[in-house]
Amino acid sequence: MIVVGELLNASRKAVGTAIEALDADYILQVARDQLEAGADYIDVNAGTFMNKEGEYVEWMVRLIQDNTDAVCSLDSPDPEVLNRALKVHKGTAMINSISLEKERYDQILPIIAGTDLKVIALCMSDEGMPVTREDRLKIADRLINDLCRNNVKLENIFVDPLVQPIATDQSYGMEFLNAIEGIMTGYPGVHTMCGLSNVSHGLPNRKILNVSFAIMAVAKGLDGLIVNPLDRQMMASLVAAETLAGRDEYCEKYLDAFRSGNLL
Amino acid sequence: MNILEQIRDAVVEGNAGQVKEFAQKAIEEGFGAAQILDEGLIGGMNIIGPRFKNNEIFIPEVLKSARAMHAGMDVIKPLIVSSDIQEKGTIVIGTVAGDLHDIGKNMVIMMLEGSGFKVIDLGINVPTEKFVKAIEEHQPQIMGLSALLTTTMKQMKNTVETLLTLEPRPKILIGGAPITQKFCDEIGADAYAADAASAAEIANMLIGSN
Repeated sequence: MIVVGELLNASRKAVGTAIEALDADYILQVARDQLEAGADYIDVNAGTFMNKEGEYVEWMVRLIQDNTDAVCSLDSPDPEVLNRALKVHKGTAMINSISLEKERYDQILPIIAGTDLKVIALCMSDEGMPVTREDRLKIADRLINDLCRNNVKLENIFVDPLVQPIATDQSYGMEFLNAIEGIMTGYPGVHTMCGLSNVSHGLPNRKILNVSFAIMAVAKGLDGLIVNPLDRQMMASLVAAETLAGRDEYCEKYLDAFRSGNLL
Repeated sequence: MNILEQIRDAVVEGNAGQVKEFAQKAIEEGFGAAQILDEGLIGGMNIIGPRFKNNEIFIPEVLKSARAMHAGMDVIKPLIVSSDIQEKGTIVIGTVAGDLHDIGKNMVIMMLEGSGFKVIDLGINVPTEKFVKAIEEHQPQIMGLSALLTTTMKQMKNTVETLLTLEPRPKILIGGAPITQKFCDEIGADAYAADAASAAEIANMLIGSN
């Protein structure tokens, strides 16, 4: 499971305040906590700052990489912000994200074409949000093929089939899950990735829905997740789910997690 | 409990079958469409709104009540055409260009309709020109704009700038996850609503101030 730590997002109030105040201690602490909890990438987002987004993202990337071994997920639709961050980023960053929306596609593609960057490919097009499994697979197919034609390696693509709130339509859960299965079986070597907390939007006790949905998605083949890695129940459940899904030979990761005290 | 109260309670419970049955019965008992609508159907949604706002009930329950309300509307519709019901006002609503989100906007529409407004939904990814054209065509009292992304807030600002130049112009009500009262003040919109239930309350206030 490839975990992207989602906490350094400017739309979270404490983080937004820390970014604006250039509070290096706070930002670093959140980055370190996430790495310790098992994050593979640290998502860096300053999207609420219209004119200073690039400056803040660059500052965060430098700060985090000067003090930790982290690699970042650069979270912005703005090519200037991404290029600025990439100039200072060490190692192979993840770009969050490209989609089939024309403007976004045209702006992000030149950044990743022919590189070894990882990229999240969002199943969204100018026709709107996908609803069914078929809608998602259609967009995923075009994105995967277009990216590969532009010399992006299949194994660097993380398709996000887009989670929608189950509160608004009971079919949304399974349409997403079946899309994960379709993508993972249809394009061997590609990855899937999602932020799944949207599934519980509008409902109480969101945590249990999020964890249950993550487990169901892992069973369908999901191998990447944008998540709060400090959520111990979630992280333990992901380990258990991968073991149960047959993706943990000799239950090695499960037992590692047990011995390091990470199963709660 | 009279039949209108029964309709109201069935809307609150989200029982579409009962609402239909009671609405039919109310017509047979001689109640007019306006009364069934105001005291029964809208009365029910008026109870739902604050409960939703206070987290006593949740999105699926609001959707269920809205479905029940619509079932009742279908029953009284043939009467409305011939009767003298006056719509409270017209609201044109849409998600701004570049933004494809519609779930929140649709919740707002439901609460506005539940509150007795006529709502024209322009959908998602709506360019400024389309908002302007809709104002000419429908002469709404209120224009509702939604943006769910920090990136499309800029677009909302642009659209609002254009709408503010129209003469006469509708009141502009904005909302969406990243939107704040501060942003609303900055771009010069008339009002900001934090959630679907507040949107209906504020729309009522805006109409009152017209």
